[in-house]
Amino acid sequence: MPAVQETIDQVRLIDVDQYKYGFETEVEMEKSPKGLSEDVIRFISAKKGEPEWMLQWRLDAYKRWLTMKEPDWARVSYDKIDYNDIYYYAAPKKNPAPKSLDEVDPEILKTYEKLGIPLREQEILAGVEPERRVAVDAVFDSVSVATTFKEELAKAGVIFMPISEAIREYPDLVRQYLGSVVPVTDNFFATLNSAVFTDGSFVYIPPGVRCPMELSTYFRINEKNTGQFERTLIIADKGSYVSYLEGCTAPKRDENQLHAAVVELIALDDAEIKYSTVQNWYPGDAEGRGGIYNFVTKRGDCRGRNSVITWTQVETGSAITWKYPSCILRGDNSRGEFYSIAVSNGMQQVDSGTKMIHLGKNTTSRIISKGIAAGRSENTYRGLVSAHRKATGARNFTNCDSLLIGNQCGAHTVPYIESKNATAVFEHEATTSKISEDQMFYCQQRGLSEEEATALIVNGFVKDVLQQLPMEFAVEAQKLISISLEGSVG
Amino acid sequence: MADVTLMKTPAETALVQAFESAKTALPGNGESRAQAFEQFNARGLPHRRVEEFKYTDLRALLREVAPFAAAPSADEAKAALAGAKALAGVEALQVPFVNGHFMREAVDFHALPENLEIVPLAEALANGHEWLSRLSPVPWANDNPVYQLNTSFMADGVMIRVAGPVETPVHLRFVTAASSAIATATRVLVVVEEGASVTLLETHESTDGANHQPNDVVEMIAGDRTNVQHVRVNAEGDKALALSTLAAKIGGEAVFNSINVTAGAATSRHQVFALLNGENTHLRVNGATMLKGSQHGDSTLVVEHGAPHCESRELFKTVIDNEATGVFQGKIIVPHHAQKTDGRMMSAALLLEEGGSMNNKPELEIFADDVQCAHGATCGQLDEDLLFYLMARGLPKKEAESLLVQAFLGEALEFVENDAAREALVGTVESWLKARS
Amino acid sequence: MLEIKNLVVQIEDKRILNGLNLTVNKGEVAAIMGPNGSGKSTLSYVIAGKEDYEVLDGEILLDGQNLLEMEPDQRAAAGVFLAFQYPLEIPGVASMTFLKATLNAQRKARGQEELTTPDFIKRVNAAAQQLEIPKDMLKRALNVGFSGGEKKRMEILQMALLQPSFCILDETDSGLDIDALRIVSEGVNALRSPDRAFLVITHYQRLLNHIVPDTVHVMHAGRIVKTGGKELALELEANGYADYRESEAA
Ligand SMILES: Nc1ncnc2c1ncn2[C@@H]1O[C@H](COP(=O)(O)OP(=O)(O)OP(=O)(O)O)[C@@H](O)[C@H]1O
Ligand SMILES: [Mg+2]
Repeated sequence: MPAVQETIDQVRLIDVDQYKYGFETEVEMEKSPKGLSEDVIRFISAKKGEPEWMLQWRLDAYKRWLTMKEPDWARVSYDKIDYNDIYYYAAPKKNPAPKSLDEVDPEILKTYEKLGIPLREQEILAGVEPERRVAVDAVFDSVSVATTFKEELAKAGVIFMPISEAIREYPDLVRQYLGSVVPVTDNFFATLNSAVFTDGSFVYIPPGVRCPMELSTYFRINEKNTGQFERTLIIADKGSYVSYLEGCTAPKRDENQLHAAVVELIALDDAEIKYSTVQNWYPGDAEGRGGIYNFVTKRGDCRGRNSVITWTQVETGSAITWKYPSCILRGDNSRGEFYSIAVSNGMQQVDSGTKMIHLGKNTTSRIISKGIAAGRSENTYRGLVSAHRKATGARNFTNCDSLLIGNQCGAHTVPYIESKNATAVFEHEATTSKISEDQMFYCQQRGLSEEEATALIVNGFVKDVLQQLPMEFAVEAQKLISISLEGSVG
Repeated sequence: MADVTLMKTPAETALVQAFESAKTALPGNGESRAQAFEQFNARGLPHRRVEEFKYTDLRALLREVAPFAAAPSADEAKAALAGAKALAGVEALQVPFVNGHFMREAVDFHALPENLEIVPLAEALANGHEWLSRLSPVPWANDNPVYQLNTSFMADGVMIRVAGPVETPVHLRFVTAASSAIATATRVLVVVEEGASVTLLETHESTDGANHQPNDVVEMIAGDRTNVQHVRVNAEGDKALALSTLAAKIGGEAVFNSINVTAGAATSRHQVFALLNGENTHLRVNGATMLKGSQHGDSTLVVEHGAPHCESRELFKTVIDNEATGVFQGKIIVPHHAQKTDGRMMSAALLLEEGGSMNNKPELEIFADDVQCAHGATCGQLDEDLLFYLMARGLPKKEAESLLVQAFLGEALEFVENDAAREALVGTVESWLKARS
Repeated sequence: MLEIKNLVVQIEDKRILNGLNLTVNKGEVAAIMGPNGSGKSTLSYVIAGKEDYEVLDGEILLDGQNLLEMEPDQRAAAGVFLAFQYPLEIPGVASMTFLKATLNAQRKARGQEELTTPDFIKRVNAAAQQLEIPKDMLKRALNVGFSGGEKKRMEILQMALLQPSFCILDETDSGLDIDALRIVSEGVNALRSPDRAFLVITHYQRLLNHIVPDTVHVMHAGRIVKTGGKELALELEANGYADYRESEAA
């Protein structure tokens, strides 16, 4: 409730230029040579001190990638990317692998402070609600600069560390699961990621453990001309539970930057993973200059019986977003959920949705998607729900609503609903509308300005999804949505 | 799509040869044919990587190209028509086509109902009739490969002009009767002038056992304040690969109702391209599809709200028995200027037995902000509680199922205004169900 | 307080108000009665500033300010409150959230401090208690799934919180059961003050038994055709609008 007021204040405070995370940090960086080659991949692998098998894995992916064609998507258009004009590795020069926070470049610490991400455990502990602690892995360009609460998590048996570290310390675990959900050959960008990924988070929750705190990764692209290729791997062993949050920002720049991440989730028997994203990469300016290309492959495998994977996403940033966090419902009685808010304004293009692949018996899935298009943006929901022959008793419910603000934007709904099993029951409904004039008038009659009324009604529109987010994230997301829609009415 | 590098299939090669050898013999100025065929040939037969044909892969389905047939003799035609039963009980002016040729002997041109004119297409093409310029009223249909093939090969058909209210329904009866496979490419244009009204019946039948390949197009230009009631029945033979297109451009303040009922053909695809071209028009497009065995039935629909303040309603019902496959693809397009659009599309499918499949792809493509659009799709079995209730009242399972299936399909049929036609369609559903048990 | 002169309004080429004149003084409770479709709701919407209506002629002054030049939210800040005949539903927005947003928006517009959360909650609870609105209703999305009577009570709750100076009640009595009618009327009466005026639109005397008007206006075909004291309402209750219809036919 106070969040609405904050939202409104926020909307009032900001001027035309709304992206408040657009600052740049001056840090000396070490980079790989520009462009992509086997040598660059060897360079990355060496920097990370990887074992031979990992290097081979990357090189295989690279060879495969060379034979692939960049996809030509129906509803997304952008100038082709010059893959040889990108730095694939950029890390702070001063101590790229700090042992403790004291070793981290103070400029970087300041950056995270400015972004509102607490990295000092004592500060977090001093917070008002100590029971709602969040462990953070902070990824700055190509490397993880800090991971908090590692020791405490270790006591519970939880492994939470940069993936580059996990490759060295838990090679067997990584090897067993890496690429097992998103195969190396999955798609152009996933294959590219497999070849060049630099950092990201690794999480393993042992059997029967309920992760004692929320885990989160905060991604920051800072350096010019770099791509960010992070890789996240989360394994929830039998009967375990984890809630994981992901946030992202980048400085304002005129050129486009590529972010091609891969996220793999594995839930074994009776395990549950909640994965929440607030994506706020720089969206570009009002004319569509600059901004992040967010081409991301996220997939969860409900491998065990009764396992649950929930994706919640609030997408407000990026020039182009192309992502379909998906669930493979392999285990009997497993459940997949997808809750999404995608806001687009200015010249943004969003093509997002989910895939729910029902393979096991009595698997259920639920999709709630809220798209809001303003400015001259294009906002597409694209989703697949499928039941395979053996998915007896599969159930899906899908609801996707779109809201248009202004008549220069587009809102599109493209669902694919495929059933090969007679006992599967799928229900899909979608609507597209605008904020009703009567509702606006009612709010204004009570004294709200047009902008305040819009923010209020939009917040109501996305409520079902916001509720899925952990509290702090929900507040943050609500603010973001209003900020993203700034200037769209009137 | 970027897949131009694919090898030509034997069927594609055969189509090229067929066009080369037929083009000089086909009536009329060959320019638009040549253009259409060139466009088709540039991409070839559409396959599953082509979005619009994702679920109906013509490259895989069309293995051998059937030849076009010569005009039948009077006796052959008579026999063929005598065997045609679809909507036979509905009183109507008969406009028959046999093996792709218009049977002008069957039409008494001197006793046509008031406000109705009919021009044979082959003749019109040959002597450059002025109405020819009105062919292809929906511009974007020209991009469709099935439509392009019809334009390339169309040999005959009719052009009909409705100048005012026409009471008697007009029955376009397409019959293919031959023991070996033949192809047809018939084209019908119906121009309904401002304020006019007409009921059009359209039935498609072919002999069982042969891999007939009809590809027929009916196009309509309905002017302002027109009322068009269109009832289409696919009763093709059990081996047919039946492709068909309805392309309609509809003016303002008009009412346009179209229903397609499919029970026939091994593989069928019915495409509807509707362009709403004037304000305050009400469009309804319905479908009722019954599939069994290994049948494949595709209903593809694109409705463009080209003008503000229009209402469109689409309701598609599919019943799938055995290992059959149903496809529904529907798209509502609302451009920037089409404010106050009210569009609603629903596709519901029932899978009666294990082994069946249904693919639904309802789409909204919306650029105007002051609109109310919605779509829904469901897919599942008969309601078990209802089934149990009926069986507890003493109905055997099959009968209970039949009752529920009838009710399910009935929702799509109830909008048919012509009583006799609606009853005939209900009869089609009943006999389909009877054949099941 | 409120002065309407020669108001002519149309919607989609249909003339609804036809040179309407009406004055309501400070502290006055004025009732408007009139047959269905005579333009009562239209009048209330035009005062509140609904967009669809085209004002062809006339003026509406509130304490000398020209309302017609103001946006709906500015009018609200100036003190206009309309209890809708059909209150709108706003999915996903909790009633509490809505109340707080509106109250603070108006306070800000008037240059007042925002309320602190405890202060706000205290006020809401007090008002809700008086109107016998259960607390859990305030947690639900505004008006979504509320019964007709609950919606009307929620309107009065908003009025009590916002403390407007000019209140329009458009058929607030319809949909209320006997007890709710009394509760709502008491809520309204509690707000009566020498600085505040009411325009009460109703079809029935029973509301006016509870909220006793100072003046009663009869509206017909977009005009005030008769003005009198509270006894005029009783007269209408007995005779209906037949006299006015005939006078028009003549
Ligand atoms: N948006 C509109 N478009 C067309 N006519 C309208 C519109 N809104 C109102 N009207 C017409 O204006 C007239 C007055 O309507 P209004 O709602 O003001 O009546 P009322 O006096 O409040 O009636 P009631 O007692 O039934 O509430 C009616 O004839 C109504 O149909
Ligand atoms: Mg009224």
